[in-house]
Amino acid sequence: MKKFTIIVHVIAWAAALIWIIPFLGVFMASIRPYTEVQSGWWNFQSFHPTLENFYDAWIGKTAGPSAALSTALVHSLIVTVPATFIPVFVAALAAYSFARFSFRTKDLLFLTLVLLQTIPQQMVILPIYNLMNSLGLLNSYVGLILLHTAFGLPWQILFLRNFFSTLPIEVEEAARVDGASYFKIFYKIVLPMSLPALASILSLQFVWVWNDFFFALTLIQNPNMRLATQTVPVIKGRYEPNWSILSAASIMAMIVPVAIYVALQRYYVRGITAGAVKG
Amino acid sequence: MVFVFYPVVDTIYMSFLEKGTGKFVGFENYADVVGRNEFLNVKRLENFLGGPSYGALIHNILWVVIHLPLCVFFGLLLAVLLRDVKGGTIIKSIVFLGMVIPMIIGGVLLRFILDKDAGILNGVLNAIGLGAFTRDWTFYPDTALITAILGSAWIWVGFSMIVYSAGLEGIPVELYEAAKIDGASWWKTFWRITVPMLKPATIVVVTMTLLWELKIFDIVYAVTQGGPGDASKVLAYIMYIDAFQAWNFGTASAIAVILTIMTFGFAAYLVSRMAKS
Repeated sequence: MKKFTIIVHVIAWAAALIWIIPFLGVFMASIRPYTEVQSGWWNFQSFHPTLENFYDAWIGKTAGPSAALSTALVHSLIVTVPATFIPVFVAALAAYSFARFSFRTKDLLFLTLVLLQTIPQQMVILPIYNLMNSLGLLNSYVGLILLHTAFGLPWQILFLRNFFSTLPIEVEEAARVDGASYFKIFYKIVLPMSLPALASILSLQFVWVWNDFFFALTLIQNPNMRLATQTVPVIKGRYEPNWSILSAASIMAMIVPVAIYVALQRYYVRGITAGAVKG
Repeated sequence: MVFVFYPVVDTIYMSFLEKGTGKFVGFENYADVVGRNEFLNVKRLENFLGGPSYGALIHNILWVVIHLPLCVFFGLLLAVLLRDVKGGTIIKSIVFLGMVIPMIIGGVLLRFILDKDAGILNGVLNAIGLGAFTRDWTFYPDTALITAILGSAWIWVGFSMIVYSAGLEGIPVELYEAAKIDGASWWKTFWRITVPMLKPATIVVVTMTLLWELKIFDIVYAVTQGGPGDASKVLAYIMYIDAFQAWNFGTASAIAVILTIMTFGFAAYLVSRMAKS
């Protein structure tokens, strides 16, 4: 039995290396001059750590100022923060009414959710593009935020509705007897009890919006307005990428969702596994 | 609702309209798309001529056929292995990173791994004496697609692993204790208890993975740009090129409709099969 355990440990850590080494490689490439990385970051005959790659990616040295990651990251934040908090706020109110007041929308909502997951984005993007065009919302972060809000709402409402249904209704009834208004009950009692569920959908939606590439690519076509996920491929170019600068750019573009994940890991994973809402 | 049903109906409608004029042209856009080599390379399928690409439709199917079993198998394997391993939680977090970072960055990472000189894959091959096999993996038509598919499994296994891990936690310990008392082997316990109890998790993994594979875009965009030639084009990618580089919303809509029908077809087939067993 002891031997078996050791074998399992060895296999597990060997498998883990398949994921650890490439991430280590990106880190190593990002902190070393490209000349040292060109023939393999695992060669350490000469080793000169530097932050220059991060600076070059930050100011967009290789692909021009429109590919400066500093502005792209700001753009990503401008989109992601409202596109996270607006839908979650609306979803919380809507889900509470669905859970506590009887509407005949439950089935309809569920159907929409299933369809939203099944229908590829490609199937809806062209009419949305035309719509945004006629509203003057192309190359506008407002349009992108609206789109992410619309796509976030259904699964968030469903997720929260399920959660609210598990909360004991007696507390709310007691508050009601004491004369608290519905809104007061909602934000004084229900919301504090729902913090874990809110943390789940906030972290999921934030990472989803930040990581989105397809919607941004189609709706933001002005080179000076690109988000971070659009900028990294531009830095990459088509041929012979500078892997040092590109690694530094990749790290800066992924550090925000990774930080969210590390900080809220428990809630993030719970959100994914509770019905695996997002693909 | 407005954001789902109106666009779906409108996309179907647009797929029957001619580019520019907006004239109703019936199934002409579909005929245009289906007749293209980049969509379905008939010659290649018949006798291995007509260029090395099979066409995006076949590439999408290959993606499902190769990627889906890999993700189910390795996701389950890692979940079971890491359940009892010291530091398993840390390993899981690292494997799951692929699902946290932007998919497009994941694609850039893959391109880095597969690079001729700077990539770790060739580095490893050299180190273990297989230097003869090193190459610029994404630059050749016969390896571009398969490496992109395998690489995307590297990214996506974190998802199936985490779903299976959650499923494992839900299995009552008593079942294992009972099996132990009955003297069941590890292998038997795995097949008679673990696998059947994980069926709901498998359904989630299979459907979500399938939906993701069929609309695969970011990875192709970052790793190969569909190339070389048509060798790694997929439906979502040619749809994007049609729409936003050729500005032909008619054919792009037709591709989107085909993609959606495929998605529903695959999903319906899998759901009915799983409902039966």
